[in-house]
Amino acid sequence: MSLSIQNLTASIGDQPILKGLNLEIPKGEVHAIMGKNGSGKSTLAKVMAGHPDYTVTGGDVLLDGESLFTLEEPDQRARAGLFLAFQYPMEIPGVTIANFIRAAVQARLPEGEELEATDYYANLYAKMDALKIARTFTSRSVNEGFSGGEKKRCEILQMAMLEPKYCVLDETDSGLDIDALKIVSEGVNAMRSPDRGFLVITHYQRLLDYIVPDKVHVMVDGRIVMTGDKDLALELEAKGYDWVTEDQLATA
Amino acid sequence: MTSAPEHSVIPEPAAPAANPFPAWFQAEQAAALADYEATPAPTRRDESWRFASLKALDLSAFVPAPPVASEGRLITASTGLGGDAAARLVFGNDTLLHRDAPALPPGVLVKPLAEAARENEALVREFFMAQPVELGSHKYAQLHRARLGGAGVLVHVPKNVEVALPIELFHWVEGENSSVFPHTLIVLGENAKVTVVDHFRSADGARAFACGINDFHLARGAQLTYVAVQDWSRDTLAFHLNSTVVGRDAQATALLMNFGGGHVRGESLSRLVEPGARSVMLSLNPLDGTRHLDQRTLQDHVATDTFSDLLYRNSLDDRSQVIFAGLIRPGVGAARTDGYQKMENLMLSEDAVAHAMPGLEILTDDVRCTHGATSGGVSADELFYMQARGIPENQGRRLIVAGFFRSLLDRIENDSLREKLGALVASRLEVIR
Ligand SMILES: Nc1ncnc2c1ncn2[C@@H]1O[C@H](COP(=O)(O)OP(=O)(O)OP(=O)(O)O)[C@@H](O)[C@H]1O
Ligand SMILES: [Mg+2]
Repeated sequence: MSLSIQNLTASIGDQPILKGLNLEIPKGEVHAIMGKNGSGKSTLAKVMAGHPDYTVTGGDVLLDGESLFTLEEPDQRARAGLFLAFQYPMEIPGVTIANFIRAAVQARLPEGEELEATDYYANLYAKMDALKIARTFTSRSVNEGFSGGEKKRCEILQMAMLEPKYCVLDETDSGLDIDALKIVSEGVNAMRSPDRGFLVITHYQRLLDYIVPDKVHVMVDGRIVMTGDKDLALELEAKGYDWVTEDQLATA
Repeated sequence: MTSAPEHSVIPEPAAPAANPFPAWFQAEQAAALADYEATPAPTRRDESWRFASLKALDLSAFVPAPPVASEGRLITASTGLGGDAAARLVFGNDTLLHRDAPALPPGVLVKPLAEAARENEALVREFFMAQPVELGSHKYAQLHRARLGGAGVLVHVPKNVEVALPIELFHWVEGENSSVFPHTLIVLGENAKVTVVDHFRSADGARAFACGINDFHLARGAQLTYVAVQDWSRDTLAFHLNSTVVGRDAQATALLMNFGGGHVRGESLSRLVEPGARSVMLSLNPLDGTRHLDQRTLQDHVATDTFSDLLYRNSLDDRSQVIFAGLIRPGVGAARTDGYQKMENLMLSEDAVAHAMPGLEILTDDVRCTHGATSGGVSADELFYMQARGIPENQGRRLIVAGFFRSLLDRIENDSLREKLGALVASRLEVIR
């Protein structure tokens, strides 16, 4: 059981961004991706989630053996168990956090079954408390006027409420202060389980002190060019990405 | 066709003796009818009818509304916003079917206009249709006056009295080609405070004609919140003409929600006649099918130091159409005017059409005014974000549309009212694609 990305290529317009990307995240593991700005990390996340701007030109992504691409619509992929915490969460005026998450939870219930409101709110409040999100946020519009850190915390809240099989976190640490980083990491760690895999995209080694990854991958120009354990992140921090490129070219 | 049909006069009800108004009022009605007939129908050349579909104004098929057949059902169905009301009046085809006033403070009047014209003649003489109808429909206002029957209401809240619960008024129309003439006259004394909700509803899906007027007068320090929930059948031609006169430090907030109607013409005039007067003008209109909404507004700043804020939002699906023409007019001597005007269209279909004519006519310096109109579709990124959470596209779209309207309700200060309206909007928008 894994999230298996196989020789994936994808373009925006006629510009290729992902150029044969291979990566396998077995259930129960946390993998990190690091890589320069513009190397294609968010593109990978959005392609998997089904963003309409990107065209998949080759390869496949298997979620527990089933191709994601047979599921046309992003919402089908989400309900199949894929979750994406956005690098830039959208603001949705007039739709409250409570109603938004409720609609998402409701969408996972069998046809005709209604979500029990009291259970839902009990669950929501418990998860908000754990992430130290004030309850007043339930009646605020999704991400509207939220600080950068509040938006990221809310992404994790949604992840916790939806209990996905595979979670892709795109720079969830950026914009978080040190306390928030700890709270969010605890939230993620609490969700680590043998039944769940994580792909954590980050620029900062520090996050990986809190969410300790099983593997670290380096992405350059739409491909994974290097894989190691958590120490690879430290090495990158010390030497920078040019080192990877040269090193990778030297061994190629 | 370049003008509306000339004189399609809706005949008087069969028994003229049934006119409930006193003689002095009936004399005014006769004069109004003559004026209606003498006033030419709107033409394409009239600025205030630009883009309007004049064909739709053919009144020839409409007849006086007969007595309603389903009185009991209409009374039961008049549940309103779903909370307690200070008073409730139910009209069916311009006849009073029901009234109760469980929580009306002493001195507050909520009564049929015909009764008021006898018992409170001075009030009615002073305030009834006292404002000129400047936004194009003078002719139809005269028809309204001429044919006004039992569905006029006077709400009068005397000085320093606050009505805690809303007053809810229901106007039903029933039967093929029935015509109704609802009227809501609200007169607030100094520092009086009240919320009034008008519900306009069809008992069936039949074709109908509604020609309604709402006039509000706010004395110093008064506060009015007015909500119209327009739910006429999709085959109804409706006029809703409103004028609001706001005195010193008084505030009027009006929210017009058009959920129904086939062809609806709305005119709203806010006159800020003394310093400190404030008017908040809101409208929320989810349109679909071939529905057509034509709204004209004037923010008339007469005195110094006045404030007006207009926000109209429409969603347009299918082949629906809107016209909005608004004007902020800080008059000569209206220094320190704050006037804002914004109309926003959410386009849900390529076949829908929106005409926006926001406007500003400044006759004095030292004003702060902005006006503008925007049009756009549902954001693909917002939709993707929703879908990425597992919410199906159609439902995501519906949530976004509902959110577009709900965020407008933030302008309603009363928490309990805002919540009820939010629930109403949410339940209504389930039906939008
Ligand atoms: N909608 C788009 N239109 C044009 N180019 C795009 C679009 N989306 C992504 N790209 C390009 O694709 C490349 C990869 O972008 P992507 O956002 O995936 O990078 P990233 O690795 O996530 O970078 P960062 O670390 O800055 O978040 C960039 O060169 C970017 O400009
Ligand atoms: Mg990125």
